[in-house]
Amino acid sequence: MMITGVTKRISAIKFAHLSPDEIRKMSATKIITADTYDDDGFPIDMGLMDPHLGVIEPGLRCKTCGKKVDECPGHFGHIDLAMPVIHVGYVKEIKKLLQSTCRSCGRLLLTGEQAEEYRKQRDKMEEYGADTLEASSVAKETARDASARTACPHCGTVQLKITLDKPTTFREEGHKLTPKEVRERLERIPDEDLVSLGMDPSVSRPEWMVLTALPVPPVTVRPSITLDSGDRSEDDVTHKLVDVLRINQRLRENRDAGAPQLIVEDLWELLQYHVTTYFDNQTSGIPPARHRSGRPLKTLVQRLKGKEGRFRSNLSGKRVNFSARTVISPDPMLSINEVGVPVEAARELTVPIHVTERNLERAKEMCKRGPTPPGPEYQPGVNYVIRSDGRRIKVTDKNAETVAETIEAGYTVERHLLDGDIVLFNRQPSLHRMSIMAHEVRVMPYKTFRFNLCVCPPYNADFDGDEMNLHVLQSEEARAEAKVLMRVQEHILSPRMGAPVIGSIHDHITGSFLLTYKDSRFTREETLNILEKIGSVKLPKPKVSGGHEYWTGKQLFSLILPPELHMTFKSSICQKCQTCKKEKCENDGFVVIRNGRLIMGTIDEKALGAFKGRIVDKLARDYGPDVARQFIDKATKLAIGAITVRGFTTGIDDEDIPEQAKREIDDAMTQARMKVEEHVQAYRRGELEQMPGRSLEETLEVEIMKVLGKARDTAGQIAGRHLGLENSAVIMARSGARGSMLNLSQMAGAIGQQAVRGERLSRGYWNRTLPHFQKGDLGSEARGFVRNCYKSGLTPTEYFFHSMGGREGLVDTAVRTSRSGYMQRRLINALEDLKVMQDGSVRNTAGTIVQFEYGEDGIDPMKSVGGDAVDVDDVILAVLGDQGELIAKVQEKGALSYGIQDRDLLESSDETETEAEEPEYEGGGGEEM
Amino acid sequence: MTAKNAVEVFVRKGIDEKTAQKLVDAGYTFTKVARASDKVKREIEKMLGERRLKHVLEAVKTKDRMPRKKKEKPLKKVHLKKMPVPPKVSEPTPLEQKMFKILEKKGKRLPRAVVQDLASRLEGVEIPDKLIDRMLEMTWERFDTHKVDPNESVGIIAAQSIGEPGTQMTMRTFHYAGVAEMNVTLGLPRLIEIVDARRVPSTPIMEIHLDESVHDDLEKVRLIASNIERTNLIDIADVDTDINLMEVIVKFDRKKMERKSATAEEVLKALNKAKGMKGLAEMREGNIVIRCDEPSYKRLQRISEDTKFCPIKGVEGIQRAVIRRVGGHYVIYTEGSNLEKVLLIDHVDRKRTTTNSILEIYEALGVEAARRAIIIEASRTLEEQGLTVDIRHIMLVADLMTSDGDVKAIGRHGISGRKSSVLARAAFEITSTHLLRAGITGEVDTLEGVVENIIVGQPVTVGTGAVNLVWAPGAKEKGESR
Repeated sequence: MMITGVTKRISAIKFAHLSPDEIRKMSATKIITADTYDDDGFPIDMGLMDPHLGVIEPGLRCKTCGKKVDECPGHFGHIDLAMPVIHVGYVKEIKKLLQSTCRSCGRLLLTGEQAEEYRKQRDKMEEYGADTLEASSVAKETARDASARTACPHCGTVQLKITLDKPTTFREEGHKLTPKEVRERLERIPDEDLVSLGMDPSVSRPEWMVLTALPVPPVTVRPSITLDSGDRSEDDVTHKLVDVLRINQRLRENRDAGAPQLIVEDLWELLQYHVTTYFDNQTSGIPPARHRSGRPLKTLVQRLKGKEGRFRSNLSGKRVNFSARTVISPDPMLSINEVGVPVEAARELTVPIHVTERNLERAKEMCKRGPTPPGPEYQPGVNYVIRSDGRRIKVTDKNAETVAETIEAGYTVERHLLDGDIVLFNRQPSLHRMSIMAHEVRVMPYKTFRFNLCVCPPYNADFDGDEMNLHVLQSEEARAEAKVLMRVQEHILSPRMGAPVIGSIHDHITGSFLLTYKDSRFTREETLNILEKIGSVKLPKPKVSGGHEYWTGKQLFSLILPPELHMTFKSSICQKCQTCKKEKCENDGFVVIRNGRLIMGTIDEKALGAFKGRIVDKLARDYGPDVARQFIDKATKLAIGAITVRGFTTGIDDEDIPEQAKREIDDAMTQARMKVEEHVQAYRRGELEQMPGRSLEETLEVEIMKVLGKARDTAGQIAGRHLGLENSAVIMARSGARGSMLNLSQMAGAIGQQAVRGERLSRGYWNRTLPHFQKGDLGSEARGFVRNCYKSGLTPTEYFFHSMGGREGLVDTAVRTSRSGYMQRRLINALEDLKVMQDGSVRNTAGTIVQFEYGEDGIDPMKSVGGDAVDVDDVILAVLGDQGELIAKVQEKGALSYGIQDRDLLESSDETETEAEEPEYEGGGGEEM
Repeated sequence: MTAKNAVEVFVRKGIDEKTAQKLVDAGYTFTKVARASDKVKREIEKMLGERRLKHVLEAVKTKDRMPRKKKEKPLKKVHLKKMPVPPKVSEPTPLEQKMFKILEKKGKRLPRAVVQDLASRLEGVEIPDKLIDRMLEMTWERFDTHKVDPNESVGIIAAQSIGEPGTQMTMRTFHYAGVAEMNVTLGLPRLIEIVDARRVPSTPIMEIHLDESVHDDLEKVRLIASNIERTNLIDIADVDTDINLMEVIVKFDRKKMERKSATAEEVLKALNKAKGMKGLAEMREGNIVIRCDEPSYKRLQRISEDTKFCPIKGVEGIQRAVIRRVGGHYVIYTEGSNLEKVLLIDHVDRKRTTTNSILEIYEALGVEAARRAIIIEASRTLEEQGLTVDIRHIMLVADLMTSDGDVKAIGRHGISGRKSSVLARAAFEITSTHLLRAGITGEVDTLEGVVENIIVGQPVTVGTGAVNLVWAPGAKEKGESR
């Protein structure tokens, strides 16, 4: 049923203690026997499974309220304890109370004035809105002050020292205090003194912390399960309660029979143990109660605590219906805001439709098709019909016709998913809000969820077996919110840095590179092949050369740009020359777009890529999410078209370098080895000059690392000379599609030094890494320098060293995920209730001001331009639009930076880092979720 | 203070609930009324009437303030010579002033940074006023559309923006940029350290700038550095124990002494001042000899040990000082940190000298400085890893950590442990303790936060959950909506 009108809210929850009277009053029945079921399998009255406590078996009715399963919430019972027992959770509190009150008169051990002063302080704290921690610190101080007194200021009794024998035994000067005595003392404390000690006597009297009656939770809280064999298996809590009851029974009998004091006391202690473990089975100092199988019981505190506890697992996170999960796979023909849903899933997931007079006919027709409509075309059927009184009717193939006839306005029909329905799509770990976005459904054959590859970066998804979740929204409000706030195109710009997170990856970048690099030409046939997918466009005028018509890639790319777009920026293949030749760049790395026409430059990662795509950024910001979405869709299709027409492959022969170069690399390696040897010799002779603040050994290491780092770079450079842009691997690296020149030089040149903890390898055997080397060998090979490249293959020792380096990378990743996960949980928890108020200030939900103006300027980071409030250059250009000379003047100063100056957003600066590159051990399925 | 509490406070002071509610609804809290200016009083009078106002003012008359809670560690007082305070920001240029004037005429406001940005681009180019006007108009328009929406849950966004890139950071410690000799914690461990508000960072480092008079003179800089670096006796001399004569003999290593620029006299003075052996040391043949004052080998042993580790010079806590040339001037980098003491050393430029220990900055310079330090350290850590995170997110975290006067950690000992809601605390960590305590004090959870509402299953109070859309059917003409 859908709730209409104003929703009710719970305004507050108050916490308090149950007094023994209340426990008895709310109890449905007193529990006296430890037996649960009789021989016929019926619950015994006044046993732990008493039918008054609620029902767990379908068909039966509750004896207290008369309702059935799921309707009856269950009712508490109670156990009357033969002797009082201390509540483990409150031992510290009890100790504090005993220490700070008089042993005979029960008053607080402070003079009237002192108490008054503390009370005043407390009141004031409250008045000025101190947090709970501060308020409790006053109470703590009061208690500390009081317990320091040796005689009662009211009755003059000399106080004895009270100690706590963990977990639950109190001693007074070594003499044991029974819970009964403790309870009597606590009873004597007057209400007004309790306030000073931080207790609220209206909700909790201290003597209630010593239990005389124990509430028994309803059976619905501790359901028993029937095994296949017909045996019943009881819940852990029930087991524990049985223990409590047994001992309670024995204690009562023994006490009533006048058994020796010793026996009674032993039983009393046993009862204390059972009640203690009933509350918390991980109390330090006592052995946890165990199940017959030896597994520790999960009692009350264990149920609540920790990641799998009630709070974090069931209350902060909830299980839902109308969700699906399956493997994902790519589909570039889908728009970025779509998701392909398998037919099987679409038939299970439903959307509730309110039947009105206007859609009555359609609803009936849909219902007639039943849950499995026939036909080759996908047509939505109906799984359930909900009548106006809330009754649910399951639609089957048989009753579909009859149910359809009964449908009338006011009914709700749960129909299958349809193309265009809005659903939420999610991949764990949900680290940021882009991990859950709203997509439009496209029902498709086969069994995976499919989506456009440009949406991989925000989800951090790949297709090596990853699975994702899909949720169908069930209310109109939710759908509206999702559509406005959560759709993929609304998330093209990331609030983390004000730059796009959605954009082309991998082959799409290669594709657009091939399409636009320099003067790429396409024949009529090729052109039509490429353009076919992007819908109807006006074919630009072909160029003619040598009697042949052709189109340039730049012409084709211009087709998808908005007509009035102006942009200037450097692309990924830009060589970062000392002085930029700008328009005359021979690498075609200077992108100029005027009036929506790509005049020069190559479209690659800097233009389209996720995190860096300048065009995507500009479009999303200035033209709105829808234009940006369409652009990304079309760019994807163009790139796919181009790469299919051109063909693209990479293989082992991409790393081929001439013999000559190999020899050069070999020479460089040998030289480096000699140099290292020289350094080692110098060190042995004691001629090495010590660096300030470093030991000789460290200095040597630094020097050697320097030499070897340089050697790797030289090898890379030599190899790089023979790897030009005609090489597919180089195209990928340079256009930013995948891999880097460093990866290539490791494949073709040399892998370089392997490192663990940023140092050369040194551990293993005594004074050497492997038995293949002399003890104390400090040379390059002995300490993990890999002079070979991946292509030529590694020697056995090198291979071993390489795995050492690789292992560190793996360990690092494993440690990192858990550490950063916890940090994020803490951050979220601390910051979750901060919000911007109407006045622009940031406050938490309790009203404390954290910032007077958000971020000091009130700008939304998502809408900011790479962090700046306003894109000033763009404003200047826009205003000076028709005044060419003024623009020129301003530009002359080199001031107009947007689009020209590089603002690399995710560019890592450590490309020159000498340490060995972490090999990528990716893949192998999505089990790492 | 929650709205409910605010009413309660008034009621406790003897104001009837209706009036109190009225006041609170109008946005007056107890403190606000108590410290009301005449203008505010008039406003209240308009709302409540003269008689009631008098009653209210009478009731709220209060002299005492909220008792300051005791600090764990009282702030040490640093006595610094008064220095001329440099102007915080540069004077606006004529162009900027012109722009501000135009803006003022329009009744619009832009932050200085934006105007400065715009002006710097146009400086030196003759641009007609009309165009400047248009530019400002456009800038303001865009500025306005780029503002955050009310009720945006900026906290969550900030936490996600900082937490998400955490998975991409390294765990290793690298060499400090610029100083090859020193290691510094970077990456995720450092970020966690900042957020945790640890007392001492795992690799404390100081960057000590010097004033104009010395920062180009290597000799002087070296002298200052050696006065900063902690030197123990064992670093510059050998210590021998003569059991026959019951003496400890200190033999100087001239070379080492020279490097640390320490003199024998200095050492003697330091030894004679040292605890446990006052006045026992004396010079003999270029060496220092310390007599044992009682005939016990144990005592001799003690003296020998104490002598070895007797601090001769330098600042406590600073193990090493390295001189580097940065931007043409010499700068001292130190391993170990003690901002308070270092700031007192002559020729140290107090404006630019920093440390990476946030708590030290807090103790020496106050919360605002600590806030800055958090922002700078956190953004540097992220930047160094090649990750871009908007400064506003980091600012929010820093502001939250420092908003109540001292630096609080993100986590159960800091912010999360102080939340007003029992359920929120229970859901975070140490579940049972919080629930048990709540029972004793009779805590009331007013369900204002996010987790609490998720727990009880109702819409949260941020974002779209903070507003309610009510359609009043029937009122066709007016179509009132709230």
